[in-house]
Amino acid sequence: MTSLARLVEQRRVLVCCGTGGVGKTTVAAALGVGAAVAGRRAVVVTIDPAKRLADAIGITELGNEPRVVFRPDTSKGVLAAMMLDTKTTFDGVVNRFAGSAEQAETVIANPFYRNISTTLSGIQDYMAVEKLLDLHDSGCWDLIVVDTPPSRDALAFLEAPRLLTRLLDNSVYRMVTAPSRGVLRILNAAARTVLGQLSRVVGSAVVNDAVAFFRGFDGMESGFRDRADRALALLGGETTSFVLVASARVDTIDEAGYFVARVTAAGFAIDAVVVNRVQPPTRLSHASAVRLAERLAGSELAGPARALVDLTAVGADEGSRLAALAELGGDAVVVTVPQLPGEVSDLAGLETVAGHLFTLTA
Amino acid sequence: MDPGRFFASSKVLIVAGKGGVGKTTLAATCATAVARLGLSVLLVEVGGRSAAAPMLGVDAIGYEPVRARADLNGGIGIRARSVTPDEALIEWLRFHGFERMVERMVRSGLLEVIAASTPGIKDLLVLGRIRNLEQTESADVIIVDAPASGQALGLLRAPVSITAIAQGGTIHRQARAARDMLSDARRCRVMLVTVASETPVSELIETAFAIEDEVDVALTPVVVNATLGALRGLDADISSAAAAAASLTAAEVADLRTAAGLRSDLWTRQQAQLARLGRRLPLEQIRLPHLFGADLDPNSIDLLADSLLAGIESLPESVLL
Repeated sequence: MTSLARLVEQRRVLVCCGTGGVGKTTVAAALGVGAAVAGRRAVVVTIDPAKRLADAIGITELGNEPRVVFRPDTSKGVLAAMMLDTKTTFDGVVNRFAGSAEQAETVIANPFYRNISTTLSGIQDYMAVEKLLDLHDSGCWDLIVVDTPPSRDALAFLEAPRLLTRLLDNSVYRMVTAPSRGVLRILNAAARTVLGQLSRVVGSAVVNDAVAFFRGFDGMESGFRDRADRALALLGGETTSFVLVASARVDTIDEAGYFVARVTAAGFAIDAVVVNRVQPPTRLSHASAVRLAERLAGSELAGPARALVDLTAVGADEGSRLAALAELGGDAVVVTVPQLPGEVSDLAGLETVAGHLFTLTA
Repeated sequence: MDPGRFFASSKVLIVAGKGGVGKTTLAATCATAVARLGLSVLLVEVGGRSAAAPMLGVDAIGYEPVRARADLNGGIGIRARSVTPDEALIEWLRFHGFERMVERMVRSGLLEVIAASTPGIKDLLVLGRIRNLEQTESADVIIVDAPASGQALGLLRAPVSITAIAQGGTIHRQARAARDMLSDARRCRVMLVTVASETPVSELIETAFAIEDEVDVALTPVVVNATLGALRGLDADISSAAAAAASLTAAEVADLRTAAGLRSDLWTRQQAQLARLGRRLPLEQIRLPHLFGADLDPNSIDLLADSLLAGIESLPESVLL
């Protein structure tokens, strides 16, 4: 069991995961604020933050490189932020591994590549991991906080590094690239049959582009493979922690349970669970609130009493769900952030959230 | 507007929205409302997570349709099933004469290449499966619980993007057929759902305009989930005379103040977002109430269905034009 304060001080990478709509971006940014206050050079990689939050942390337009957004008065720390641009990042990787500028150009201009670099399912996760590795290798940052893309599948992020190599492991890829490597520079009969079938389904233009893409890729493969291995090693290493962000609503808690199970089964550890937007504690139980509302019916305090009945109804449920989450997280530290008045839309708001994440932790 | 006419206006109703705004809840609510109107209904979950199962009082929702809520519509109740991209793909290949190749295609990884070579193909196959249900299903109404927002847009966009990418082949014809269904308001409509807070409202507005620009599909009024009713006296001075008159304890005063403050703050923010949504998006709104601390079981869904039906009744007749 470790505190979030210790995580932001000691880790190199924090991966904020969880379903959409729970305030993941806000928590990621607040962790970054905490790291900067603790004197670290931190960078937050976000995918698609709410516009006002983006304004608050200084990202007004899409930028694929980190920009400093906060320097605390009290420490030498720095917080930078960037918004992931999938296509630009993928182009960068192709440029890195291409044998020549011509090869990179050929691949990048290919329509099949253009399609997969923007719309392939899981590509956002893949490029987020890629950017993470890039920032890690640059040596410029003490801590990288990644705000993972909302995804259908809990494990999309962990499977992301293998996205392209899985495609390359495909026997069809083997078939279409083999001739250009071997003596026979024409497609063998088996490959022709398969491609013929494929053309019947999707049309020949798509097939031709795909073959050109895979051939253009020749020789870059091992670079991608090594990189995928390194990314997985970094994610699974001691210097990385996963922070699960959830809310205390019943549906997101179910999702969180599913998520924890999948992530731990895959051999990765969740070190912290942040439960966002928890109702503030009340002194009255729900039953007492109901009795109070009956007493105050018709008075000028009927409105507030009704609000208290609703609040305690939610609170009672939340208590048991929080306990369930704590159980589920195993050794993970569970931190709650109360429902705050107003939306978190500036640095002051982030500092408030950070205050709850760090100092109010038991 | 008469709710029966509203739901009978198209056979397929696709419920779409960002994750976490209660899309599945709304899909289950629509299905319940339709069954209560005496129409036969099929609820289709895309992706097969069985999220609607507790809301309909069944254990799971799978590939084979299950019957739920036999208390409704004279025992006919609600039928529910799932459609997943992988099942749809295999089914589609079988149907198009690739029967003997299916297994080999799966084994050789060809399926993965097909999926990767044509972005949106999985979405298209799901849509194709829905179109197939539209043609073959006897149900009066098919409610589709679409994947979360980015992907909902992907689902609706797929026919357009695929007709552009695959200029020939069977998949091109499939895309055209799906497009025909989407663009015919008598066959298919999309119901967008959100909650009254900043990011979801922004995303809803963006999605609505993107759908209008890129996909020729009819939108119903938007549904705003979890809206708060107005309460009077939230700004009352709780510590003063009123508290004394009601002889409140210190704990009661503190709790009432906390509750009133939070509720008033949340209500004000919701009103601002509802107003923004109204200003930015020229669509009627149906508001469903926030249910405090309620489990999403058939009883809660019935309450929401009451509100949905009342909301539809108060819509002008012109919304379906």
